Amino acid sequence: MALLEVKDLKVRVEEREILHGLTLTVNEGQVHAIMGPNGSGKSTLSHVIAGKPGYEVTGGQILFRGEDLLEMSPDVRAAKGVFLAFQYPVEIPGVATMTFLRTALNAQRKARGESEYSTPDFLKKVREVSKSLGIPQDMLKRGVNVGFSGGEKKRNEVLQMALFEPSLCILDEMDSGLDIDALRIAADGVNALRSPERAMVVITHYQRLLNYIVPDVVHVMSKGRVVKSGGKELALELEASGYAQFEDAA
Amino acid sequence: MNVAVAKTGKGRAVSDLFTSAEARLPGSPDVIAVRREAFETYERLGLPHRRIEEWKYTDLRALVGEVLPLAASPDGAALKRAAEAVKAHAIAGASKLVLVDGVFAADLSDVKALATEAGFKTLREILDSEANPAASDLLQTVATDAVISLNAAMATDGVVVTIADGAQLSAPIQLIHVATATGASAFTRSHLRIGKGARATIVESFVAAGKTSGYHVNDAVVLWISDDADVAHIRLMDDAPDAVNITSQFVTVGANTKLNFFNMTTGAAVSRLQGFITLAGEGSELSANGVNLLQKTEHGDTTLVVDHAVPNCTSREIFRAVIDERAHSVFQGRIIVRPDAQKTDGKMMTRALLLSDEAEADNKPELEIFADDVSCGHGATAGALDESLLFYLKARGLPEKQAQALLIQAFVGEAIEQIADDGLREHVIGMAERWLERRS
Ligand SMILES: Nc1ncnc2c1ncn2[C@@H]1O[C@H](COP(=O)(O)OP(=O)(O)OP(=O)(O)O)[C@@H](O)[C@H]1O
Ligand SMILES: [Mg+2]
Repeated sequence: MALLEVKDLKVRVEEREILHGLTLTVNEGQVHAIMGPNGSGKSTLSHVIAGKPGYEVTGGQILFRGEDLLEMSPDVRAAKGVFLAFQYPVEIPGVATMTFLRTALNAQRKARGESEYSTPDFLKKVREVSKSLGIPQDMLKRGVNVGFSGGEKKRNEVLQMALFEPSLCILDEMDSGLDIDALRIAADGVNALRSPERAMVVITHYQRLLNYIVPDVVHVMSKGRVVKSGGKELALELEASGYAQFEDAA
Repeated sequence: MNVAVAKTGKGRAVSDLFTSAEARLPGSPDVIAVRREAFETYERLGLPHRRIEEWKYTDLRALVGEVLPLAASPDGAALKRAAEAVKAHAIAGASKLVLVDGVFAADLSDVKALATEAGFKTLREILDSEANPAASDLLQTVATDAVISLNAAMATDGVVVTIADGAQLSAPIQLIHVATATGASAFTRSHLRIGKGARATIVESFVAAGKTSGYHVNDAVVLWISDDADVAHIRLMDDAPDAVNITSQFVTVGANTKLNFFNMTTGAAVSRLQGFITLAGEGSELSANGVNLLQKTEHGDTTLVVDHAVPNCTSREIFRAVIDERAHSVFQGRIIVRPDAQKTDGKMMTRALLLSDEAEADNKPELEIFADDVSCGHGATAGALDESLLFYLKARGLPEKQAQALLIQAFVGEAIEQIADDGLREHVIGMAERWLERRS
């Protein structure tokens, strides 16, 4: 059974159809890249998978391990292993990052019927992961993403991904705003999470990220549909020739 | 108009209440005469209602209707129930002074521990002592405010604490009001005097013993702080969900003094805290903050009048209200700057979080500035929880209620963090957490 099956998905936002019948299948262990011009609907797809309110699904299905994802609330999806690293992570003043991480991790574990982490175990885990991502401890004492630079916010998303150990990771423009060193560190963090049980969907505009996180499949999205899929060489082709050739296909 | 209303059936019921209570009210004949006068003022005015400007949003005639009879003096069983409540709400390490149904309970209090650092008497013993001609001064009123007159008429007891010049109190003094009498009123009045250069923390807690319900509390506090003092004053009102709590505070602050006040409302069906704080000495700093947490049909009113009577003082007010279901929060903040009070720096910031479409928040800031070289301002916001923040938390696995709780805690945290003492701050955060757990 596929891990994620998006079938003929049609989505509207404020009376306007954004996704016009999108189909995508992701298996365990795979890394898929989605590329496509601005406004083609990449973030919309990721939001609908995560369960963000404000989107109306007017057709099609999303199955996660064969279960209807659209029937589940966002927190249930997270507990089942769906994780979206946001293109624009929000700032939450007054909620300390550490408190947030522990509350979220334990809420997920509780929903799965697992025991909650003890404080020392949790702290040890956070310390390990944040060290490998080059996130200083005092950053974790601040409010969630408050006063973080763009790159720090992205690293904080990868930190959460490493901590929650989801089975489907959707990374929406993880590379935007990262300098070259930060990109390599974040990509190493993502690569460390690659495993036969875990799948990743990497949304990006740039071939460079795919040099670090090498995809099994590359999709081209245009105007709310997947218009072409191929191997990693498709990304190179796009880099050379741009999206114009796909405009008509959509 | 008011006279006519006071002569209705309700007016007469209160009148009966006074005559039947009179024998139990402490005081020499002089004091009783003062009480009777205060009661007549109350009768003439009747309970405050919406046509009285200061009470516009808190119409006690509509919300409360009538004043309940005076609670009986607590018997052994009542004191036993009160002891449990005291245990549950005591601040670790504090010197406790306990009033049960409006009567000082010596056996539940730490008078001995306190005596080494402060002078202590009960209001009752001072009022009863024939030798004290000034006793009735302890029952002063504000001619236009009926609830204060009612308090002066009916106050059965209270604490009178004097902290000596230079005293550095190591532990907080916690005044705990416990209700054990269902369907009755308790009237209390306390006087606290803080000496020059003294340092003290005063905590006031209002709680119910067990399932005690449907009671009324009318409390008054007179706090007089001398020069060069450093005082934290924290009031925690967690009365039963169907109780009524009306509290009036009169605070006078001397020169070069720091006062850090905090009020927390997590209980009572109807409540009003009206604080009148006068900055009477130059160079003082007031930080006055509060949180109202309201649910069901609760009505919580925090009214603060900060009077800058002299130059060179600062005041900061941060107020947060979280209002769920059909509850109603009121914040009235008035800053008065007297003509001489140049270089006054007064700021007030109010924010209300509405958790339901039927929740209501009224905010009435008033600046009355009679000096020209001052910096004063206020700001207010009201709104719902931010959907994008809620979604972020839910996408990380937090169920709706838990995601809301985290954001609500952050919201009230902006006021709670003004409490300097770690232990007290944690205690208040704990109260907020318990309120969040009560949300249906
Ligand atoms: N809340 C909304 N209201 C109105 N239109 C919206 C909303 N959200 C998205 N859209 C529109 O949907 C289209 C797809 O947006 P989306 O953010 O999914 O694109 P994207 O592929 O992620 O673009 P980018 O590469 O710039 O991040 C855009 O035309 C956008 O304006
Ligand atoms: Mg996007």
